[in-house]
Amino acid sequence: MAKLKSPGELEALRSSILKKRDPDKPCITVCNGTGCQAYGSKNIAAAFQEEVKRQNLAAKVDVKTIGCPGFCERGTLVVIKPKDIFYQRVRVKDVPEILSETIGKGNVINRLLYTDRTTNVKVTQEGEVPFYKRQMRLIIGNNGLIDPTSIDDYLAIGGYTALAKALKMTPEQIIDEVKKSGLRGRGGAGFPTGSKWETTRKAIGETKYVICNADEGDPGAFMDRSLVEGNPHSILEGMIIGAYAIGSHEGYIYIRNEYPMAVRHMRIAIEQAEACGLLGENILGSGFSFTIKIKRGGGAFVCGESTALMASLEGRVGEPRAKYIHTSEQGLWGKPSNLNNVETWANVPLIINKGADWYSRIGTEGSKGTKIFALVGNISNTGLVEVPMGTTLKEIVFDIGGGIPKGRKFKAVQTGGPSGGMIPESLLDLSVDFDELTRAGSMMGSGGMIVMDEKTCMVDMARYYTTFLEGESCGKCIPCREGLRQMKYILDGITEGRGKEGDIELLEELSATLIDASLCALGSTAPNPVMSTIRHFRNEYEAHIKEKKCPAGVCTFEAVKVK
Amino acid sequence: MAAKQLKEKVGQVLEKYQRDKSALIDILHDTQSEIGYLPKEALEEVGQGLGVPLSRVYSVATFFKAFSLKPRGRHLINVCLGTACHVRGADKVLEQMEKELGIKTGGNTPDLKFTLDTVNCVGACALGPMVIIGEDYHGEMTPEKVSEVLKNYN
Repeated sequence: MAKLKSPGELEALRSSILKKRDPDKPCITVCNGTGCQAYGSKNIAAAFQEEVKRQNLAAKVDVKTIGCPGFCERGTLVVIKPKDIFYQRVRVKDVPEILSETIGKGNVINRLLYTDRTTNVKVTQEGEVPFYKRQMRLIIGNNGLIDPTSIDDYLAIGGYTALAKALKMTPEQIIDEVKKSGLRGRGGAGFPTGSKWETTRKAIGETKYVICNADEGDPGAFMDRSLVEGNPHSILEGMIIGAYAIGSHEGYIYIRNEYPMAVRHMRIAIEQAEACGLLGENILGSGFSFTIKIKRGGGAFVCGESTALMASLEGRVGEPRAKYIHTSEQGLWGKPSNLNNVETWANVPLIINKGADWYSRIGTEGSKGTKIFALVGNISNTGLVEVPMGTTLKEIVFDIGGGIPKGRKFKAVQTGGPSGGMIPESLLDLSVDFDELTRAGSMMGSGGMIVMDEKTCMVDMARYYTTFLEGESCGKCIPCREGLRQMKYILDGITEGRGKEGDIELLEELSATLIDASLCALGSTAPNPVMSTIRHFRNEYEAHIKEKKCPAGVCTFEAVKVK
Repeated sequence: MAAKQLKEKVGQVLEKYQRDKSALIDILHDTQSEIGYLPKEALEEVGQGLGVPLSRVYSVATFFKAFSLKPRGRHLINVCLGTACHVRGADKVLEQMEKELGIKTGGNTPDLKFTLDTVNCVGACALGPMVIIGEDYHGEMTPEKVSEVLKNYN
């Protein structure tokens, strides 16, 4: 493809792509995210291709593999456009029938439709499925429209218009717009994005770096994976705009090695953007140049921390450093570096396209826009949920998530990843944003929401998270390395029947030390699971310690029985 | 693997990254997928090729969970212990795996057919507990399903 030399050429390319497409021609989209692949979606997409050939339907229908639209629970998901007929739990054996019945005769196959659990009514259209209906899918919604390996598809839905618009603005105007939008970092800490950009722009130095954190280490969170897999160009577009605003010419994307498809799709996207002149030298003839390289992680949770991530980018061990000087002033190789999370970058094109005024009308006073949550655990509708900031936990867990399966009772929801906190039933009316979650003793984190039912033991969960964090502690600072080890030792004792009076107080004391004295956020937030379970479920700790009983029936106290 | 062959393979990986020191982690990833693990000789070769002290190569290779300094079996089994899998009973699946294979987590079967390991989340939480063998994802695992799944691998 010839390099585009101006925004005008980009628009011409876009119209020529759209002209070639017939919006009325049926298109079968098959989810090919990692979740659906586990159901065998690769074979389903291949079966569609083959069957289209066999039934001689190529002129009548297109087949497209898409990224994760979010409703993982019902995978493999197949949507037939333009009518948006929604088939769920599709298997290879259903393929010939879908083609002959739905494409050939226009009949809907009842058996493959989704049944609304509350009304018991079959739902035909994707948008009518309760799981989707109550969401606001500004970011993740595009996953369902495009083949992530096709830049044409991204251009067809208006891709890179924000970049063209941004290149006509001054860097200061862009930063102002992002500041006014109220966008806060989606990676966990919720730092205002515009201010971060401004600091990096104003920092002294010729060379500046723009980095995307795609090291999604929180177990149970996979929104970043789905965005990188399903819409890599949106992240690139955000990064290019950010780099232009900041005055950076080199960028990095740090992706978890556990996400091979994300790495592959991002690689393809970078090559395509370079070939089109949207990345590289003289982007769209503006005179601005910017390149992006991918770096893979090595499976260390701590590398989600900014300084550890940058150490790892330099080819060193991923150990954090004290942040007396912010990375926006001295980060990668000592140069000013702006690090944002995948979802943050994906929000940027939207803000530039629609404007800060529009964007800041979504969400709450202190948290603007939408947030994607990964709703997992003991929940009926596992999947990715995008809602405006300020939506209540109850709406997310019950109205969208469909509540707890197997007729069990809700017990708690853990937000914020392994170092987040447990939120009990009494706080279900909490409206979810950065500040409210912090007030409840948890945090936003990257947006994992792990739902737990009555059969989950809160002490066991605290032990689980502490064990995880102890293993992932880099070992550089003593409070985190030794403190977590001691906390794990005490929690092992309590769950194995060796708990004794004073253990709870000792856990609280250790927690306080970790919060005060740890080098990085891994250590200072690590006590959250323990503190929040003691705060909301103290009776369970006491039952373990005093009565050697696990109210949820999870801990077996084998050590005690042997004696 | 013969010394010469190892040197050649590491050399190719180094060239792919233009002997860029900052690409150390990527280089170790690619070396490991070429050789199957990271023997001492490979680490030495990488260090020399990049002009990085062996101590630093070793520290990176042992810091990150993705790298193995010991030979691994033909099929790498990763039992996901992510939170979503944990609350659905992943530890029982791992226990059964250990029993079935007669090895502990992190170990190889004596015939080098399997290596058993754990992973902290692959993001396929709807299907938890997940077990990943090579590139195959096995969802909704139970201790009862373990032996059946293992039968598919030679």
